[in-house]
Amino acid sequence: MAVPVSSDPPVHASLTLRVNGAERRVLVDTRTSLLDLLREHLGLTGAKKGCDHGQCGACTVLIDGRRANSCLALAVAHDGAEVTTVEGLAEGENLHPLQRAFIEHDAFQCGYCTPGQLCSALGMLSELAEGAPSAVTAGAVLLTAAEVRERMSGNLCRCGAYANLVPAILEAGG
Amino acid sequence: MAVTQRAVGASLDRVESREKVTGEALYAAEYERDDMSHAALVQATVASGEIIALHVEQALALPGVVAVVTHENAPRLSGADGELSVLQSSRVHYRGQIVAAVVAETLESAQQGAGLVTLGYSEQVPDVLLRRDHPRLYKPSKVNPSFPTDTSEGDLEAGLADAAAFVDETYETPHLHNNPMEPHATIAVWNADGSLVLYDSTQGASPARDAIAKAFGLAPEQVRVIAPHVGGGFGSKGTPRPHAIVAALAAQVARRPVKLATTRRQMFALTGYRTPTIQRLRLGATSDGALTAIAHDVVEQTSTLTEFAEQTAVPTRMMYASPNRVTSHRLVALDVPTPSWMRAPGECPGMFALESAMDELALACGIDPIELRVRNEPREDPESGNPFSSRNLIACLRTGAERFGWVDRAPQPAARRNGAWLTGVGVASSTYPARRRPSEARARREPDGSYVVAVAAADIGTGARTVLTQIAADALAVPPDRVRVVLGDSRLPRGPVAGGSMGTGSWGSAVVKACRELLAGTGADAHADTTEDVEADEEYARHGFGAQFVEVRVNTDSGEIRVPRALGVFATGHIVNPKTARSQFIGGMTMGLGMALLEETILDARYGDFLNRDLAGYHLPTYADFGEIEVLSVDEDDPHLNPMGTKGIGEIGIVGTAAAVANAVHHATGHRFRRLPIRLDDVVRALA
Repeated sequence: MAVPVSSDPPVHASLTLRVNGAERRVLVDTRTSLLDLLREHLGLTGAKKGCDHGQCGACTVLIDGRRANSCLALAVAHDGAEVTTVEGLAEGENLHPLQRAFIEHDAFQCGYCTPGQLCSALGMLSELAEGAPSAVTAGAVLLTAAEVRERMSGNLCRCGAYANLVPAILEAGG
Repeated sequence: MAVTQRAVGASLDRVESREKVTGEALYAAEYERDDMSHAALVQATVASGEIIALHVEQALALPGVVAVVTHENAPRLSGADGELSVLQSSRVHYRGQIVAAVVAETLESAQQGAGLVTLGYSEQVPDVLLRRDHPRLYKPSKVNPSFPTDTSEGDLEAGLADAAAFVDETYETPHLHNNPMEPHATIAVWNADGSLVLYDSTQGASPARDAIAKAFGLAPEQVRVIAPHVGGGFGSKGTPRPHAIVAALAAQVARRPVKLATTRRQMFALTGYRTPTIQRLRLGATSDGALTAIAHDVVEQTSTLTEFAEQTAVPTRMMYASPNRVTSHRLVALDVPTPSWMRAPGECPGMFALESAMDELALACGIDPIELRVRNEPREDPESGNPFSSRNLIACLRTGAERFGWVDRAPQPAARRNGAWLTGVGVASSTYPARRRPSEARARREPDGSYVVAVAAADIGTGARTVLTQIAADALAVPPDRVRVVLGDSRLPRGPVAGGSMGTGSWGSAVVKACRELLAGTGADAHADTTEDVEADEEYARHGFGAQFVEVRVNTDSGEIRVPRALGVFATGHIVNPKTARSQFIGGMTMGLGMALLEETILDARYGDFLNRDLAGYHLPTYADFGEIEVLSVDEDDPHLNPMGTKGIGEIGIVGTAAAVANAVHHATGHRFRRLPIRLDDVVRALA
């Protein structure tokens, strides 16, 4: 630890979030990431901590409809935000089409990156629908395997399920 | 009940798939306990030395900090040795070793407290660099897990003298880190009666329970390890890691449950890695390609704490026929973390060297690389003389060649160019042993006529829960939806580690036996133990085989290597579930492509530190890295394996992939790359 560490006591702040449609009011240590808020304070462990550095995508959630690495989001900076986690994708017993396609295509093995893959895919499909281009877009923005591979590359899967993730996302998004 | 359709062979969806896509599946760090506290680790900043100063006062003064555990106040571990003897002395054996843990009411305060612990060291100059001429190389007494260190048959010199074509080259593989997506984590809870419960990310609840009980001087039944879902392991969760011991020590000192999740950066020092290897291959052959000599001499590392000797040359002992064969392993104990299992230890790095050398020999002989392998197919295991229980390497090579379009391959390298891009194809063989270990299992008939089958197996993403369900369903002659498999808890009937691709073979044998005994008996419960069955297994050489084909495109300006397609063909007995099996093969091949082109942990020789300790610096394969990966299976009806007729499939997929890539790069460019990963700068330099 070369960086000098403060010995100041923690500072707390209260904030309100809408998480998966429900209002959650919490008092948190201001250093708490959105990921740790979800996992350690709200009992929502679906979003995973794979690296805590924004390098693996396992913690991906939707913040106000946009995909984001929740490990890089300071909770207090998102007071009033609408957050969707993997726990909010299904409607009761009815799985989201992406969830069904993941099962159908065996798009996961250990399952640890899966919540992030699902939330990222959901956000990515809205970005496509809005016509946002990517590095591989040539002309019209279309849902293709090349676009999925490019746009989902921030979500790592060590089990190596990419060959199944791509068709699953294509099927659910098509 | 009439059952017309067998469950084994069907592409059943993973039985826990709903939990995994909804976020309900709980991993080790996700259990809630009253009064939970969080631990954060402090790691040594020297690679070799002694702690001579330790200041914990500032950390302890922090509001919310409950305890600081160091070698000065940690409870003594009566039965721990090596890496698990943690916080027991002031000695530092490697950089990143755990030297303190701060326990606090919140994760944030624990992390802050960890930053406030200060240590002083008397430091020795560390010896951390593996060299083929290291003066402290020694011969270990065996290699992992219990193979002879060296072998020698025939007369190597005479075999080389007889040869019309030679290869004598050295191949190198780097430090590689398993990097499962779930960082290793443990929740430790001590009960009032002195027993210990661990929620732990482990590949084996039973062996983890035994090792942790031994470390703490407890009876095995005083420790319970719970791990129903594990976020990947690839060997790194096969043995208890030091943080699990620290979690239990910290919970003892803090007198409350402790959650300890390693960070991704900490994992590089604490959770094992694949040793770098330096491998000399000498091959001699007659002008028609018959091997006259095979020699495989390996130099690799271990730590000063525990000996781990990767069995890198072991596959060379049985892969091809030759009258004259030599293999050897030499180690040096360095001031580094202890290397450990990473997917296909031994076979994976060893077959990179052997299968690269076979490609070089094919060129030297002017023989097609597939044909060279066919001509050196042994009739029985060259090492033991035992018959192969089944061996379909040639079928895999031929099937793959047809599917891949091998016939279109230009015989000479560097023959296909399109602008700045050169194209080539490569092939390599795969192999992995098919073993099983003793296991227990229990089968119970429920009042509603369904069945519960229990074994302390682990499903680390392999699909174990699903294939055991299928195996039990057939043994009980019911549809799989009438069977519930319970695993991942050391209180269940003892099962071996999910390692060595032995899970399905070992647990499955016990499941079949328990189910048969249940049907044969009158009770509602049956317990089986396969120890005697496994001991009575006949002498056969049992191995899976495969062939991997890779196409590469190499950019002559940038050195970029693309893999538009890869094909793996595997002969691994019966496939229980084609859907999950395909995922296993593809996953192994993907990791193999990463090994070929992306993955390398770089060691700073001055400080003994890994430099790229995160996923920005250690490049795991991702979506856009590789193109199409296809898998085919050659079915085998092998009666000498286990009741299911299966061979393990979790590791063979990574074996040979890197050689197939290197061989394809040679075919594309005419340059041989003998050190992994093949980096852009290597290619640019070679092509300049």
